[in-house]
Amino acid sequence: MTPADWGAIRITAQLAAVATALLLIVGTPLAWWLAHTRTRLKPVWSALIAMPLVLPPTVLGFYLLLLMGPQGPVGQLTESLGLGRLPFTFAGLVVASVIYSLPFVVQPLQQAFEAIPQRTLEAAATLRASPWDRFFSVAVPLARPGFVTASVLGFAHTVGEFGVVLMIGGNIPDKTRVLSVALYDHVEASEFADAHRLAAGMVVFALVVLVTLYMVNRPAREPQARSA
Amino acid sequence: MHRLFFAALLALLAGSAHAGEVQVAVAANFAGPLAKIGEGFSAATGHVLKVSSGATGKFYAQVVAGAPFEVLIAADDETPKKLVAEGHAVAGTNFTYAIGKLVLWSSQPGVVDAQGAVLRSDAVKHVAIANPKVAPYGAAAMEVIKARGLGDALVPKLVTAESIAQAYQFAFSGNAELGFVALSQVAVPGKPVVGSYWLVPTGLYGEIRQDATLLKAGEKNPAAAALLAYLKSEAAKKLIRDFGYGLAAP
Repeated sequence: MTPADWGAIRITAQLAAVATALLLIVGTPLAWWLAHTRTRLKPVWSALIAMPLVLPPTVLGFYLLLLMGPQGPVGQLTESLGLGRLPFTFAGLVVASVIYSLPFVVQPLQQAFEAIPQRTLEAAATLRASPWDRFFSVAVPLARPGFVTASVLGFAHTVGEFGVVLMIGGNIPDKTRVLSVALYDHVEASEFADAHRLAAGMVVFALVVLVTLYMVNRPAREPQARSA
Repeated sequence: MHRLFFAALLALLAGSAHAGEVQVAVAANFAGPLAKIGEGFSAATGHVLKVSSGATGKFYAQVVAGAPFEVLIAADDETPKKLVAEGHAVAGTNFTYAIGKLVLWSSQPGVVDAQGAVLRSDAVKHVAIANPKVAPYGAAAMEVIKARGLGDALVPKLVTAESIAQAYQFAFSGNAELGFVALSQVAVPGKPVVGSYWLVPTGLYGEIRQDATLLKAGEKNPAAAALLAYLKSEAAKKLIRDFGYGLAAP
């Protein structure tokens, strides 16, 4: 494996880690709100969050390139804040990844929160647990499988990102060249041996991650099953 | 109105009964000219082009893997030669249809000067080039940067696009202040030039000879051979020149 490939692996791991952390910070309140809101606009919000599941990544890449460019509103905002422009930067990839992987984090969390019986939270309230206490001492432990699934899927989906990064990353070594793009480069340049090393590595990674996820999140055995 | 529509429909159906189809893989820099050439070709022969455009290196990998392309219109002369040598293209059919010209381009007017001195400017944060490993225009751009002694200053600013079309996109959207692209993308006949550009002197980079070849999949398709013949016609040559390409000495 070349140093450039190791660089791509490092960038990918960093990107996925930062994006997953941000996704949990943004996704948890969003999922909690979606699980409990009674607004009639809930389907609209759910649809907006699920959009990256159905849209081709190129749609996202295309709009991000324009929005974050010098003529785009986001680009003008980041420039006026003295942050510069986001395309071709690591920060730009983080922003894109958070948008792109949002449904993979919000949906499992929302399902986990919805599965918590309302009575459990009410019982905690009668014991004078504050709303924050109810959330962190009751809801979060009960939603643990949801958090595990959300983190793993958010991380893995960011590792597997390709189209968006290709369109806004600029393929800069040690800054924006991620694994999937490095692999694409090897294939284009007919460096099939290098391509195999990265591709096979990705396959093994995906399998290990998913097997681990399913093992950790195996539903607890039910009592009847044991007695039967 | 209706009668006209049916007449046109009939003409189309009658035409398609005899006309052939050609699956063409074309280098991104030549996609625009080929669309124009295709119009003349279809009018003259009745054949229809099915065009895919992209990076030449990618097409190489796809053709080797059995892609159904019948004609390759490449951005270099190496790829067609290699395909012939490896038996994926028909020997003796590859020829130079155009000589590519490299420009340094900005989507803003008045940014690029006539000597390309803007490359040294601190205001330039990003310079887009096509991937030099697979795109001949990208390789030519790297030669220019080295010839100008700007390697150390510019390499950290380079953003690598997967093809010359994406390099244009990065510069067009303004995300990269400058881009090394093909003259054919900037100087479209009949349209005003957008932004400003420097036509890089040919001495600064090796000649970009762009070859076309008949691929094995098109060996028995007369329409594919007709397209290659049409590329050598005076009508096509005029268009190729109008788009800012050079022609190979006969």
